[in-house]
Amino acid sequence: MRVEGKGRINRDKPLKFTFDGKTYQGFEGDTLASALLANDVALVGRSFKYHRPRGIVTAGSDDPNGLVELSRGPYGAAIPNTRATMQSLYEGLDAKSQNHLGPLGFDLLAVNDLAAPFLSAGFYYKTFMWPRRFWEAVYEPLIRRAAGLGRLSREMEAEPSEKAFAHCDLLVIGAGPAGLTAALVAAEAGADVILVDENTELGGRLWLEDVVIDDRPAQTWVTQIWAKLSAMPNVRIMPRCTVTGAYDGGTYGMIERVGIDHAPSDTIPRECFWRITARAAILATGAVERPIAFADNDRPAIMMAGAMRAYLDRHGVLPARKIALFVSTDQGHRDALALQAAGATIAAVIDPRSDATAFGDYPLYRSAEVVATRGRKRISGITIRDASGKTTDLDIGALGISGGWNPNIHLACHMGARAIWHAEKSCFLAPEGAVPALTYAGSAAGYFSTAECLTSGFAAAIKALSELGLTPPHTPCPIAPPSHERAKPHWVVSGKKRAWIDFANDVTTKDIRLAAQEGYQSVEHMKRYTTQGMAPDQGRSSNTTAIAVLADATGRGIAETGTTTYRPPFVPVSLGAIGAGAQGKGFAPERLTTSHAASVARGAPMVATGLWYRASYFPQNGETTWLQSCNREVGYVRNSVGVVDVSTLGKIAVSGPDAARFLDFVYSNIMSTLPEGRVRYGLMLREDGFVMDDGTCARIGSYDYVITTTTAAAAEVMAHLEFVAQVFCPNWKLSLTSTTEAWAQFAVAGPKAFDLVSGLTTGLLREDLPFMGWVARDVLGVPARIFRISFSGEEGYEIAVPVGYGASLYDALLTRAEAMGGGPYGVEALNVLRLEKGFITHAEINGRVTAGDLGMAGLLSKKKSDFIGRAGAAREGLLDPARPALIGLRPVDDRSKILAGGHLFEADAKPIRESSKGYVSSACFSPTLGHPIALGFFVEGRARHGDQVKMVDHLRGQETLCEICPPVFFDPDGGRMRD
Amino acid sequence: MRIPCPICGERDSREFRPKGDITYADRPAAEAGNAAWHSYLHLRDNQPGEIVEIWRHAHGCGAWISVTRNTVSHAVLGAKLLRDRGQDHAG
Repeated sequence: MRVEGKGRINRDKPLKFTFDGKTYQGFEGDTLASALLANDVALVGRSFKYHRPRGIVTAGSDDPNGLVELSRGPYGAAIPNTRATMQSLYEGLDAKSQNHLGPLGFDLLAVNDLAAPFLSAGFYYKTFMWPRRFWEAVYEPLIRRAAGLGRLSREMEAEPSEKAFAHCDLLVIGAGPAGLTAALVAAEAGADVILVDENTELGGRLWLEDVVIDDRPAQTWVTQIWAKLSAMPNVRIMPRCTVTGAYDGGTYGMIERVGIDHAPSDTIPRECFWRITARAAILATGAVERPIAFADNDRPAIMMAGAMRAYLDRHGVLPARKIALFVSTDQGHRDALALQAAGATIAAVIDPRSDATAFGDYPLYRSAEVVATRGRKRISGITIRDASGKTTDLDIGALGISGGWNPNIHLACHMGARAIWHAEKSCFLAPEGAVPALTYAGSAAGYFSTAECLTSGFAAAIKALSELGLTPPHTPCPIAPPSHERAKPHWVVSGKKRAWIDFANDVTTKDIRLAAQEGYQSVEHMKRYTTQGMAPDQGRSSNTTAIAVLADATGRGIAETGTTTYRPPFVPVSLGAIGAGAQGKGFAPERLTTSHAASVARGAPMVATGLWYRASYFPQNGETTWLQSCNREVGYVRNSVGVVDVSTLGKIAVSGPDAARFLDFVYSNIMSTLPEGRVRYGLMLREDGFVMDDGTCARIGSYDYVITTTTAAAAEVMAHLEFVAQVFCPNWKLSLTSTTEAWAQFAVAGPKAFDLVSGLTTGLLREDLPFMGWVARDVLGVPARIFRISFSGEEGYEIAVPVGYGASLYDALLTRAEAMGGGPYGVEALNVLRLEKGFITHAEINGRVTAGDLGMAGLLSKKKSDFIGRAGAAREGLLDPARPALIGLRPVDDRSKILAGGHLFEADAKPIRESSKGYVSSACFSPTLGHPIALGFFVEGRARHGDQVKMVDHLRGQETLCEICPPVFFDPDGGRMRD
Repeated sequence: MRIPCPICGERDSREFRPKGDITYADRPAAEAGNAAWHSYLHLRDNQPGEIVEIWRHAHGCGAWISVTRNTVSHAVLGAKLLRDRGQDHAG
């Protein structure tokens, strides 16, 4: 119910929202949880396993129960497991409860609760063992249906998220008394500060305290500090942000709720995932209140005492008119007074401590416990038992709990540190220095009074400033009156009925005792056996209690029992936010050639080659398969003229007085003897002696060369050459420049290629440009380089022009080629043409072949004393004559297929792995020869030409008898390209 | 992890590509013999603790650098340009 005159909501801005189809009203400043409580909706969901009715327990991101499905209307798929306690209310908000069959108030799966004796810890492993075949067919689908929380909508996400990056001197995590003090001191020292808090407002629990800071009410102090920080240019204040993880190098992950806290729209991102790099950080994340486990402690309207206080002071909401509190902390008594002052009737404060005293006028049950609760869809009554064993029944509308405080130390433990039990403070604390440059302050460091929070925040800032090398300012430490917070942990009320510890995963004290009894005594084993702490809340409210129960069950202390490993994220993070911008192609660059638009306009399917896109083939009317187009395009090159874009090949300019010497060092063959105007084929090895890449090298001038690499290896070769230059030859005078994208380059190949090329320039005679030569000429008025090289086996020219002229040159080439009976060809035809000639690509240069394997042992220079890979290639195993060598293959029956990837066996061998003697690396149908051809490797293959072998592809079920032949199928003398 | 590129300053490790142990920067002479080359190509200590590695600022300036870091604490202790070693290892 709503209380007049309390809370920080805007009562002038009422907001309509729906929950499970029913319309309610809340106010601006409400969360979904506070608005539901204001409307007396206590039941918000069903539990994970037993389908017990559940309600809101906390007022923060640690709430284990209040998970709902949030509709985002037309702007995206519904969001399951949205935390009602963190979700700001907006006009039209539409949420549904989760995990029930039938209406929330009458869940058919609540029958699970009656079956509870069979569903205890480890029930999967015990109950469903037999019959074995029933597991996949019956048991697992049933369990999957019955257990669980939200369900994914399976719709495409239409409401985008974002990711962002930030850097700062000091990241202050949490803006309560400690965080605000630390941020102010650091900011006044000139540090670049980011102050984040997961709530919508700064101040933390100071909004809920009757305390005076620097002679002002705490709320006034917060407002003044907030205004001061907002006005400082070196401070960024980020509310609605939860730091999710601490990583190496001062990097923190953080999720920001952006559009999700407002009505859906397509202009604001739903969430933003931040990566913040901070030189120093302060952990001021506060603490969460610790529940007490007692019989049937999970009924709706049983919640943390501090949460009741938060809903009252922040939202003006009381959970019921008549309230009891079961607390073992002084804070719990003060909360009772605040609730009373707001008009609630305090039916009882039950305190297990023998020295408890009443703080005001309410019935106090000292040395007493709550031993039973009543009420199905919300609590209606409790039974109190005092030290003498006398019981009292009370009718109430809500019960508040406070069993102490658990500091939020998670981030400090994300890099592997183990939390340490502090006996005096009765809580786990993080060891110092667990994350470099991260300092702890406030209740996160175990300081629970406001006065201590202020001084520890101040001290943390001074420490951080000294790490940053900044001088502390003259700002005095804010002062609050000292107070002694008395609290005594009260973990469990003994009894026979089930007492819940982990509400989110339905784990009770019995489950933990059972785990211990069955040998799962290590905390990590207990966790996995019971699933305690493995729900979306990651056991934020339950872990410490579970450890205390396990410690008791095993007879060890809490310190000895220890915690499980803390891992990011601190709160659930949607994958949509982490992967923001990466849907579909995402940020992957697309490299497009200058012929791209013209190719697409001709209907060519574009195929990805690394980041490049290349035309696969150019379909014409009447062609129904790619093979028809490919065969026609091969015909252009063999019979008239074809044009293909080869700009994607890597081009590297190597210049300087030591360029020739450098090329001799990185190629296995000699490049320094290459005259100007000439081009030479070259092989590069890795240092281990295997082939890395092949390409051409053209000498442009006495100190200038241009080398080409394969498309696939361009980046690798550039990095390799840079390595050799920077690490092995640091004193050599040379420079390396990638010019791949500076030039558009087209191959013109075929018997009519010279006619076409010479028509583009003036006075070019055939003898000006012998095979493996190049000239600089104006082509259609543009300065160009014309190389006479061939990857097709026909007379071939490659024309390179500055990239800005590429599109128009491609148009001109196609127009002329088509007039000569030729035209464009794509990478399919390119591949067939090179296979007919036995030219290799990275299908053959697969990282496991030597120059000798490829039949290129002659390219390993014997004249040079050293080159990259020389020593490696000389090793015995790389020179073994029994190594598989490059071969050609054709089927004995021309109608049979050869498949790349198939293995090769002796014709009479059994096709098993042990007898494999080689493999097929590339295969195609040769339209020129009229039958399939292939390249591959076979043991001692060069001595086996003419022999029959068996190709077997077990994956695709193909077996073909083949004949080994020389790898060059067409024009073996090379006269067509040379003469 | 953050790596201090000697040219660009401290950058996120995702801008860098690792190559491996620093051994790879000390190329043996061509005729150093099989044992030296085998050691250079294949043998690495792989001890926990402080190590020196070769990285490239691939999405930055392209410099090849040596990075000293601790594999246990993940602390990055420094980086130098390999070019600055000044010693030619090529024939």
